[in-house]
Amino acid sequence: MSTRLATAGRLLDRASTMEFTFNGKRMQGHEGDTLASALLANDQMLVGRSFKYHRPRGLVASGAEEPNGLVNMGAGAFFEPNQRITTTELFEGLAAESQNHWPSLEFDVGAVNAKLSRFMPAGFYYKMFIHPRPLWKHVYEPFIRKAAGLGRAPTEMDGSSYEHFYAHVDVLITGGGIAGLAAALAAGRAGADVLLVEQTAHWGGRAPVDGAQIDGLDGDTWVKETVQALESMDNVTLRNRTMGTGVYDHGYALAYERLTDHAPDQDGPRHRLWRIRARQIVTATGSIERPLSFAGNDIPGVMLAGAVRDYAVNFGVSLGDRTVVVTNNDDAYRTAITLKDAGLDVPVILDARPTADGSLVQQAREMGIRVALGKGIAHVNGAKRVTGVSICLQAGEGSEIEEIACDAVAMSGGWSPVVHLWSHCGGKLIWDDAQSHFRPDASRPPLGADGLGFVVPAGAANGAMSTAEVLVDAFQAGAAAAKAAGATGKTGRGPTGDTPKEEPMAPVWLMPQGASYKLRSKMWLDYQNDVKVSDVQLAAREGYESVEHTKRYTTLGMATDQGKLSNINGLATLAGALNAPIPAVGTTTFRPPYTPISMGAIGGEARGELFQPLHKTPMHDWHDANGADWEPVGHWRRAYAFVRGAETVEQAVQREVTNTRENLGLLDASTLGKLIVRGPDAGKFLDMLYTNMMSTLKPGRCRYGLMCTENGFLSDDGVVARIDDDTFLCHTTTGGADRIYAHMEEWLQTEWWDWQVYVTNVTEQFAQVAVVGPNARKVLEKLGGMDVSAEALSFMDWADGTIGGFDCRVYRISFSGELSFEIAVPASQGRAFWDALLEAGAEFGVMPYGTECLHIMRAEKGFIMIGDETDGTVIPQDLGLHWAISKKKDDFLGKRAQERDHMTDPTRWQLVGLETTDGSVIPDGAYAVGEGVNENGQRNTQGRVTSTYHSPTLGRGIAMGLVLHGPDRMGEVIEFPKVDGTSVKAKIVNPVFFDPEGEKQNV
Amino acid sequence: MLTLECPYCSIQADETELHAGGEAHLKRETVGSLDNDFEDYLFMRENPKGVHFERWRHVAGCGKWFHAARCTMTLEVFGTYSAQTLAPPKDLREKISTKRPGWTWRAFS
Ligand SMILES: [Zn+2]
Repeated sequence: MSTRLATAGRLLDRASTMEFTFNGKRMQGHEGDTLASALLANDQMLVGRSFKYHRPRGLVASGAEEPNGLVNMGAGAFFEPNQRITTTELFEGLAAESQNHWPSLEFDVGAVNAKLSRFMPAGFYYKMFIHPRPLWKHVYEPFIRKAAGLGRAPTEMDGSSYEHFYAHVDVLITGGGIAGLAAALAAGRAGADVLLVEQTAHWGGRAPVDGAQIDGLDGDTWVKETVQALESMDNVTLRNRTMGTGVYDHGYALAYERLTDHAPDQDGPRHRLWRIRARQIVTATGSIERPLSFAGNDIPGVMLAGAVRDYAVNFGVSLGDRTVVVTNNDDAYRTAITLKDAGLDVPVILDARPTADGSLVQQAREMGIRVALGKGIAHVNGAKRVTGVSICLQAGEGSEIEEIACDAVAMSGGWSPVVHLWSHCGGKLIWDDAQSHFRPDASRPPLGADGLGFVVPAGAANGAMSTAEVLVDAFQAGAAAAKAAGATGKTGRGPTGDTPKEEPMAPVWLMPQGASYKLRSKMWLDYQNDVKVSDVQLAAREGYESVEHTKRYTTLGMATDQGKLSNINGLATLAGALNAPIPAVGTTTFRPPYTPISMGAIGGEARGELFQPLHKTPMHDWHDANGADWEPVGHWRRAYAFVRGAETVEQAVQREVTNTRENLGLLDASTLGKLIVRGPDAGKFLDMLYTNMMSTLKPGRCRYGLMCTENGFLSDDGVVARIDDDTFLCHTTTGGADRIYAHMEEWLQTEWWDWQVYVTNVTEQFAQVAVVGPNARKVLEKLGGMDVSAEALSFMDWADGTIGGFDCRVYRISFSGELSFEIAVPASQGRAFWDALLEAGAEFGVMPYGTECLHIMRAEKGFIMIGDETDGTVIPQDLGLHWAISKKKDDFLGKRAQERDHMTDPTRWQLVGLETTDGSVIPDGAYAVGEGVNENGQRNTQGRVTSTYHSPTLGRGIAMGLVLHGPDRMGEVIEFPKVDGTSVKAKIVNPVFFDPEGEKQNV
Repeated sequence: MLTLECPYCSIQADETELHAGGEAHLKRETVGSLDNDFEDYLFMRENPKGVHFERWRHVAGCGKWFHAARCTMTLEVFGTYSAQTLAPPKDLREKISTKRPGWTWRAFS
């Protein structure tokens, strides 16, 4: 059984006891524990179930590479699934529950999948997809859905807060082990601005656990003194609980700081995402131990040898009383020695190598530990816990020589450098035969903007596998990074380490070497996704040669741990099956983040109201207080309608249309884009931008204009007013202001840069109110001021003046067909002007109206709307707007494109009005069907609806649409099928439904 | 995330401050051009593995358009320069030649 030892625990405060629960069971731990060490201290070896077969799973590792220990934590707004228990620091009141089991962790119905495992081989899901559809739908899918998924999705909005933090540094060092510290010493002394981040709460990594001696000091003392030295340097910043998660182009990097995960009651953001731009990045990310592939290597109680050592030294926790060590290298002997020193039993060290005589091996022998050379594990005995191992010859086929009782197995297949951050942005790897691992190829680093490398690997992450080598390599890396970043100071002498002599490891990818299928089908490569040696071998037999394909076929390395333990072993297994050298098979792609980070941290402050700043007109608050039914338009919110009393939104819209046509309506038109175009060449410039002629417009007059892209497609429209000889004011659509402003700048700066024109976006400088309806002039005259008579201000005139004491500019333009004045006042006066109009308008039946009323009134008049009648494929000619396309101009944007044969094709659908024969409203987006079917057997179409409304003015459904040869087919009835299977018939009519002579607006 | 130096502000701008504007040094074809020439202007773009010339706008900064010469393979930036020119500056072309001998791009080399 796993238990707390009486002594040791270098990270523990034994005086402080903390209570926590696991699956509702109350347990105790100490300050300094991780959830993992605390669970082991309480003999909770079973922590979860695997994804596919629901096999019982115990802890395999002690850090970020742990594949099995994932739990749900917290509750309500603070609930979060898939929390890795090896990286979760214990706190008082922590409540965790295991995942992926039903009904309970101890008794799981899904475990029957394991019995069916021979029917669920590699590529199971792919193979199922090709079965007949009913079988898939009724048998496999419900089964897989029930079985799938780790954890539960939260049901409430995240109650924590998060933030982003920007940093610019000379040298970013990721990893605070002795390599990172040594690199920081060098870079800091050289005078570089250094940011050193470490993912755990502790500095020094695993060197103190491994008994490193540095500069004559023990590991803990050297780490403490070095951290103090670094903290005293003004140019060095240290951050623990901060993981370097990703390296991106040109020295961009992300780091993930966990501020309150270990202390949830603390104020402030939970996580902070560091957005770093570094001149140089040092990856001192250490290495990860590899499991060995022997049968039963997934039974709880089988753990990486380094992790067994970590739990013993750091937390005073033993995995078992009798631990068998199985290894292919010297390092695992440290575990045996540590356990023996702690008074625990190590019945045997199984060393797959035929010979071993390094100093650690000798030390183990001298302590009386039995060392069996050339031996391996045939299979582990036990179900939910290890009860023993059967020993075999590594060189054989698995015949059992001896059975040894034990309750834990410490395994080591060698160490792989953590090359993730090196590789994220293109750093290349080389295969190191001596260590049987991939390490960074320093001659092919990720390249920065200057074409030079910007990432320097350091220490174990660079394949330096002993304390002495790590320190030399990392100090050099820190110095090199500082120099490349421009620091010129002296680095002085680096720290030196003392290392026991180790003999070479021997690659062991299969234990025993000639293992039978039966054994291979019990050897786990990927613990979380249940991928076994036999699965990868099957994939190879079925023709999968590329590691990227094999990964997807078998799901190897695709779990939340992203194959940190399984990748190299899987690769080696595939290479073995293909009879190819490992480097020829290659690696899968390393992608950020290094381990999963919270979605909250990625979003940072950008959530809720801060997600996207809202544009508000000066009258916004009035609308909000007076029944506005809001709709988003660009970054604005506009009132769709102003709902009164018990009426519905639809009833409000109909009322607003009728009132505006009969009395007086007010529209907040402030959101319309307003661009000032000024300069001696302004007229010439606008002639290029608009399809019609703007240079001939007289000061004091307005003209409606169309803008096209160079492709010829209609892009925006609006009324242009000529202010003086050199100045125009161009109105754009609400959503188009920024886009059209950028469009103008682009052409001015990149094509006609010698033309003397300036453009300024003044959209938000003015509030604009459309005063619309038969009583429009009356209310303005009542307020008093400038002459707004038909004689003084005729249709399409504009004038400056005052109304009711407000400085204003009045445009006599109409988008409704009614007598209409659009009046701009300074934005600061907008609300007061709005209030004045409402007060003065009371006797004339004034009512504000919203965007839907605006839409209906313009549709009744046959005016097009950008985004309804246009969709990026429509040219003005499609919309019958030939009158707005100048024939006199030599050129304008889109002119040449509109001459292309596809644009002049007479079969392009053309704009018409549509009047339903039964008075109903055609559904939005409906298509008109034609004769026959196309080559896909679908009904041919001959048109589509672009705008459709119930017109209260006409008391019937009206629509606009694009129809094949439409303008030539007036009076013809066409059919629009609806989704419910019925259809609606509509007569093709002139799109101007109301007041075609314009008698109402020209008064 | 790239960084490019805005030649107007002389600051090293993050990609998020910039707006990518596609290929640089396009010659506008318009009324009177042949269909093929006009289609080339509208649609045909270089897609090199190596030296490339692009338009960028410092949209969250000074608002100016500028040109950048960079390597699409390594993301090395050879230089940035004014958009108000018909060809890459000579010194920039020479700099590229020292780093990528024998490079060509459209009519330039
Ligand atoms: Zn700039």
